[in-house]
Amino acid sequence: MSEHVKIKIEDLNIFFEKKQVVHGLTLDVRANEILSIFGPAGSGITTLLRSLNRLNELIPTSRIEGSILLDDKSIYDSDVSLTELRRKVGMVFDVPTPLPMSIFDNIAYGPRLKGEKNRKVLGEIVEKALQEAALWDEVKNRLKASALSLSGGQQQRLCIARVLALDPDVILLDRPCSGLDPISTSKIEDSLTQLKDRFTIILAPHNTQQAGRVSNRVAFMLMGELIEEGFSDDVFYNPKDHRTNDYITGRFG
Amino acid sequence: MKLKENISKYIFLTLAFSSISALALITVFIIINGVPIIAEVGIINFIFGMSWAPSHGEYGIFPMIIGSVTVTLGAAVLGVPIGVCCAIFLTEFAPPTLSKLFRPAIQLLAGIPSVVYGFWGLLFIVPFIRNFFGGPGLSILAGSVILAIMVLPTVISITEVSILALPKQYREGALALGMTHWQTIRSVILPSAKSGIVAAVILGIGRAIGETMAVIMVLGNAVAVPESILDPVRTLTTNIGIEMGYASGTHRQALFATGIVLFIIIMVLNATAQYITRKKK
Repeated sequence: MSEHVKIKIEDLNIFFEKKQVVHGLTLDVRANEILSIFGPAGSGITTLLRSLNRLNELIPTSRIEGSILLDDKSIYDSDVSLTELRRKVGMVFDVPTPLPMSIFDNIAYGPRLKGEKNRKVLGEIVEKALQEAALWDEVKNRLKASALSLSGGQQQRLCIARVLALDPDVILLDRPCSGLDPISTSKIEDSLTQLKDRFTIILAPHNTQQAGRVSNRVAFMLMGELIEEGFSDDVFYNPKDHRTNDYITGRFG
Repeated sequence: MKLKENISKYIFLTLAFSSISALALITVFIIINGVPIIAEVGIINFIFGMSWAPSHGEYGIFPMIIGSVTVTLGAAVLGVPIGVCCAIFLTEFAPPTLSKLFRPAIQLLAGIPSVVYGFWGLLFIVPFIRNFFGGPGLSILAGSVILAIMVLPTVISITEVSILALPKQYREGALALGMTHWQTIRSVILPSAKSGIVAAVILGIGRAIGETMAVIMVLGNAVAVPESILDPVRTLTTNIGIEMGYASGTHRQALFATGIVLFIIIMVLNATAQYITRKKK
């Protein structure tokens, strides 16, 4: 983790029609850290993540105020290319989203979009991404098989590999382990901790234990507001706000 | 209480069975009436016979099969691309206000009586073809154009439903990878909705091949194997429609036998469509 601020979110408000989902949120994300943003369902965490790669715009009724800077440049500037932004800020969803094509093509899709045509280079990118996502050993003999034939846990690691192959700066993970068994979950967590040297990772964990296991820093959100942020140990063992304490100790949520 | 439950159960059972029994009755009736003539003429002679002359006892329906197939194929070639593209436009590009206008309009298209389609085709499409392409105007092309319009509601609505049924994560996953909208449609949406689209096409074809009233007015109804799409043809359905008024005896049986062939073709098409949609799950 470095001191460099990768993403600077300032006074962010997000609305869907009249309903405000994120309230005046200010948060810095540092380069090469794993930041977990946790809180009960409906706290606006998914919406916050989706504002970082501008996916909320798919919903016509959404409206956003405030600023989000990626490397000191606003991602909402008119000269920002949406496709380039989304390649720089990759995302893994709570449900695995393999494309209806082979395992190899799923991962090679991103590099191909960028213009890489050399079969050998693509092969290397695919192998590296699969290894980093801890999936290589399980699929190396059937790269031509349909990605839909994989198990849920494998599909999710495939999605992580696919994002890695894009060589992004930031990876957003929205409850990536919510439907997975403990073994797949621990495999994904292991690869995350290894990946933070190269990427900045923002994770919506599926429980506070996961936040504690993998993150450098954590942020607690409730009803669209950022209640508290800090180093994991500080927040978990010494929360400043009583609501954080109540949530961690299981009094609600 | 128990009695009341049972009574209502049997009322529903009876009503449910009455709808199925209609199907059973029709099936049995056309088989009883149609099979003897097929047996008499021989199934090969009946299906591949080139001459249909009931007054001379000649019952070959091959020209009609060719008629049905060509008119339907023509309808598919014209109607399917328009229908599928229209569905993609409605689900992917159209602003909500426009699609709100579009959908009821397409449903309305399905509500126009087929005889009106036929009449309009006779007064508009047929002269148009005669003037611009030559020939009598009453032709395969005229029938195909009418049927292409008539299958649009089927093709559009089923394609649309199968695209809308895709999990939204497919689309989001693709966009999050940095795909453009068109790349998302081409490499994710269409391949995933493929089985639904194929089912839409097959059901559309089933609808086209069974249509009678609209095509009877624009096809010219000559019993001959056509040489170009500007030639008149007779289809299996129009054969029944034209001759049923005066047919009797073996002639009438031959019309029922035509119905059996039609029945089998449509059943195979529907079963294929069901098989394809089910295989997906």
